Parts: sequence; structure tokens; C-alpha cells
Amino acid sequence: MIPPSRLRPRDALRVAAAGLTARPLRVVLSALGIAVGIAAMVAVVGISASSREEIDQQLRALGTNLLTVEPGQTLMSGEPAKLPQESVDMVARIGPVTSVSAVGAIDGAFVYRNDRIDEGRTNGLTALAARPDLLDAVSAEVASGRWLDDALTGYPTVVLGATAADRLGISATDATVSAWLGEQWFVVVGILEPAPLAPELDAAALIGWPIAQDLLGYDGAPTRLYERSPESAVDDVRAVLPGTVNPENPEEVTVSRPSDALAAQTATDETLITLLLALGGVALLVGGIGVANTMVIAVLERRSEIGRRRALGATRAHIRIQFLGESVLLAGLGGIGGVVLGGAVTGVFAASRDWPLALPAWALVSAAGATILVGALAGAYPATRAARMSPTAALATM
Amino acid sequence: MAALTRGWPPAAENEPPVAELRGVTRTYPGRPPVRALRAVDLRIERGELVGIVGPSGSGKSTLLNILGTLDVADAGSVRIDGHDVSTLTDRQLSALRAHRIGFVFQQFFLSPGVSARDNVADGLLYTGMPLADRRRRADQTLARVGLADRAHHRPHELSGGQNQRVAVARALVGRPAILLADEPTGALDSESGADVIDLLHELHRCGTTIVVITHDHEIAGMLPRQVHLRDGQIASDNAVATSGTPQ
Repeated sequence: MIPPSRLRPRDALRVAAAGLTARPLRVVLSALGIAVGIAAMVAVVGISASSREEIDQQLRALGTNLLTVEPGQTLMSGEPAKLPQESVDMVARIGPVTSVSAVGAIDGAFVYRNDRIDEGRTNGLTALAARPDLLDAVSAEVASGRWLDDALTGYPTVVLGATAADRLGISATDATVSAWLGEQWFVVVGILEPAPLAPELDAAALIGWPIAQDLLGYDGAPTRLYERSPESAVDDVRAVLPGTVNPENPEEVTVSRPSDALAAQTATDETLITLLLALGGVALLVGGIGVANTMVIAVLERRSEIGRRRALGATRAHIRIQFLGESVLLAGLGGIGGVVLGGAVTGVFAASRDWPLALPAWALVSAAGATILVGALAGAYPATRAARMSPTAALATM
Repeated sequence: MAALTRGWPPAAENEPPVAELRGVTRTYPGRPPVRALRAVDLRIERGELVGIVGPSGSGKSTLLNILGTLDVADAGSVRIDGHDVSTLTDRQLSALRAHRIGFVFQQFFLSPGVSARDNVADGLLYTGMPLADRRRRADQTLARVGLADRAHHRPHELSGGQNQRVAVARALVGRPAILLADEPTGALDSESGADVIDLLHELHRCGTTIVVITHDHEIAGMLPRQVHLRDGQIASDNAVATSGTPQ
């Protein structure tokens, strides 16, 4: 009996690759279609993963154990409620609490660049009385100058939030510049970095608690408490906070966890990411159609090659494998190009925003899977046509 | 026996003929249908060198395709190397071509940009032989056709006659039972054409069974056995004429 026709797997790969190297320009152009689709999808996943990684890193640095307490509104009149002056000390007495601080809004006090500016142009900035331990509690940093330490709280000095400094046009912190705050001159001694966990500080001018009471008639009632406790105790502390700060009307108190709001930013991006991924999918589909088109033409052009191979002993299956392999290789080349391109786009984008670069492995695995699938689907019909071609008809087309 | 008078070396008494066609008919559908072959009987013994001669449209290409199992007869029986072709599946026919049949085409059909050695090695591609072995066999076969020093040349670096010799080497490399050459000199000038015919004669002397299709009566005249086809029928067969009745 005759031994069967046999094409070794390595030879099948070699034959498929040879079909591509014979027409380099066409290969590059049709692989480009796949590359664009894959690049789009990899970039979308990569950029969103990088942005999430950035927020995760921020949260790791800032901690997720910060709770803020606001007075909320009175149930009866709807007026803004007030926290009792002693609430800070009361919170400090809750067992697991490790640090607590507070700010208080000073009624009717606004901050201006100088005393000639129209009173209506507040720039949306607020004046807050701040306790010296505020920065530790909210993990905020001084960008330049100094903080309102105990030595300064009794003097007319001010530290500006990042946004406030920007809006007032103040950058000098060497005590040469003063701001007009609550009808008084306050010397600018420091500017803060943006505080992601306490964004309300960014647009604020912060002054010492005693000077606010002495000069500006501040009543000393805190309007926002910042409190930290070990991660494991956060829920317990959260439960007792309202009753602690306002035993008479605990229902008026609002407790929130700023890290939740930060984490929620990533969730709001989900729909946009899905949309962009779908667009990438459409690009991939179009690329796949391009590959199918290339393969159909290749089969038509290479009828004599198909006939020659059949004469050399190739079975129908060998011809099918050859063209299917060519199609998968073609798509695979595009896939590799797409991953490189998408990775580069992610890298450039992340670098421009100072984000860490994050490319999840599952995205790369799915990109590989998608290209193999697209290549196989695109090549299935042309390969079947090539395999079904009768050897004599294939040879007779010369 | 007639078999003893044909070809060299003489075929053993009990060996089946390389090809045996009985009442083979092939009609291509159409309006009107083309009857390419009509009840053709042909028997080719081992070691023969046969020319199939006839004007275009006489059915000689169809006959060659049927001998090469690329085409299947509508009626009649075809046995190639002892196998009844009508009972074989596509896979088995492919295996028969891979191992027992060598083809030489008018247009060479070599892979462009591929060295002579690798073109010849492709003759063994579908036998599953490892590449290194295929190349070794290719080098031996190239030496047989006198192109040992051209192993690394690519088709565009070789003359037409040399390319056809590469194609002959590719057909021979698998040591086929039968070598089928379809107008092997059709694309060559007369000098390189004569070279290729000389090569076929030499291979025949060494025992290869060869069938050559040609419309060139001068070439046909040099072949020991000539089968003349006309309108799909055998008009004359000098082997049959010298040995009496066909079997």
C-alpha cells in the first residue's frame, strides 16, 4: 500500500510563510487593517488601566481610612446645621481614632488679591479656619513656604490651597505678599499641593483658628471634621461618629469617605471605555474583511500553484491548511503590530499625564486570541475554495 | 510476451504494468459536450519511454491528467502502479501522486525566488520527509540531471533549459514509478529542447518509466514508442503494431 501524503507541521508553517513573503506590500497593507483594530483596543484597555492604576496608587499613598463629618442640615428649618465646638475633642476620644482635625467656614469672609477688588469677585474661594494638625489628617503637602503651625496661628497669616493660589495669582511665599481676607491683610506664608482626598481645601484660604476668632468674629464651630482610624475600624467608627459629634441631633450629621468618591471616578469611565472598545472591534472587523479579500485574491492568482501542489501530492486538507495558515499568519502579523502600536500609544499617553504604565496581561492574551480568530474566520472561505479546486482546472488556467 | 520486448530494463513477468487503461472515456460537460477521450486502451510497462503525439484538441492532455490521477475517467478502468484509481479516495490519490508519480510541465512551475535545490526538494514536500533529508536527496537528483553546480541558483538566474531540468529533477526526486512530461520542450528553444529530450532518453536508459506528451513529430520520432491520438482515440500505437494484439 502507498504511504499517505503527509505535510510536516513545520513545513506547513514554512509553506504558509512563503506565500506571504512573496508579496510583501500586500501583506503589510492588509496586516495594517488588523493592526489598527488591535492597537485601538489595546490602547483603550491600556489607557484605562493606567488611569485606574494611577488612582489606585494615589489611594494607596493617601489611605482609604479618612472619614469626613459635616453638619448637614437641620431637619426642622433646613438651615445649615453647626457642629459643636467641642466635637473635635469628642471624636478624638473614640477608641480607634488615630488622628482628627477640622476646618471651619468663616461666615462672610472672602479672600481677594488686594483691597481694591470688587467684593463680588470672590473667584469661588472660601476662607477657612484650620487646625494645625489638618495636614496630617488629610495627607496634604505644602508645595512651598510653610504651614500654619502653632507659632503662626495667632497672627494674620494665610496658607493658600493650590487652586486658590492659582486664581489669586500668588506664587511667592516668602512673606512679601499679602492677601485681603475678611477686610484684613494676611501675609501669605505657604501654598499647598492639591489635596485629592479633601478637594475643598484646594479652593480655600486657610488661617489659624485663634486669629479667625480674634479678628474676623468667627464663632469657632467646625464645619468639617477629618478623622482617621485603622482600616479595620472604619465601619465601626463611622457608625458612632454622628452620635459623638452631635448627641442631640445625630441625624443632622453627614459622614462620608472621600476615597470612595475618588474610586468612583474610574467607574464612571466604564461606559466610555465600552464604547471605545466597540469602535476598536469595528476596526478589527474591517481589518478582517481586508484579510479575507487579500486571501480570496491570493487563491485566484495562485491557481497554478494549487494545481502544482496537488500534482506534487498535496491533499485537499494540505491546501486548506496552507491558505488558512497564511491567513492566520497575516492576521497575526497585524496583531503583533497592533499590540506594539497600542502599547506605544498607551506609553506616550501615560507618560504625558505622569501616570504609571499598566498593560494588563489579559488584554494581550485577548489580542492574540482575537487575531487568530479573525485570521481563521477570514481565511476559512478562501481556503475552502482553494481546497475544492479541481487540480486539472487549477493547472489549466495558465 | 509483449512485455519482454518493451523498454529497459525488462519488466519482471509478475509485476503489474505501470499504467493500464481500458475503455477509458472522458467527456467534459457543456453544449455540446466535449468528448476528450473515447474508449482508450493503453498499457505502459515498466521502463518504457512513450510519446503521446497528436494535434491540439486530440485529448493528449486529458490522457496525461488521467495517467497522473489529476483527472478521473467517466467510464472504463484506470490502474496506475497496480492501483484501481476509481476505488481510491482523494487522500489516497494524493498519496499516489506524492510517492509514485512525477510531473513535468511545459511552464516548469518552479517557485520563484527559491533555489534549485529547494525547488527539487519540494518534490518530496508531501511525503513527510524531514527537510534535511529532502535537501540531500535534491542534491543527488540535481547531480543526476547535470546541475550539481547550480543548486543555489534561483529560477531567474537559470536558462529555460536549466529550469526544465530542475523541474525534471523535482519530478524524479521521489523515485516515481512513472514520470509524466507535458510538452516539456514547449517553452524552450530547439537547442535546450533537445537537451531536455536527451536527458529524458538518458533517464530512460537508466530504467525510468517516462510518458512524454508532444505535438512535435521530430521529437516524437526519436522516442521508442509513439502513441498517436486523434479526436480522443488512439490512431496508432507502434508498440501494439509490433507486438500484435493489446492485452
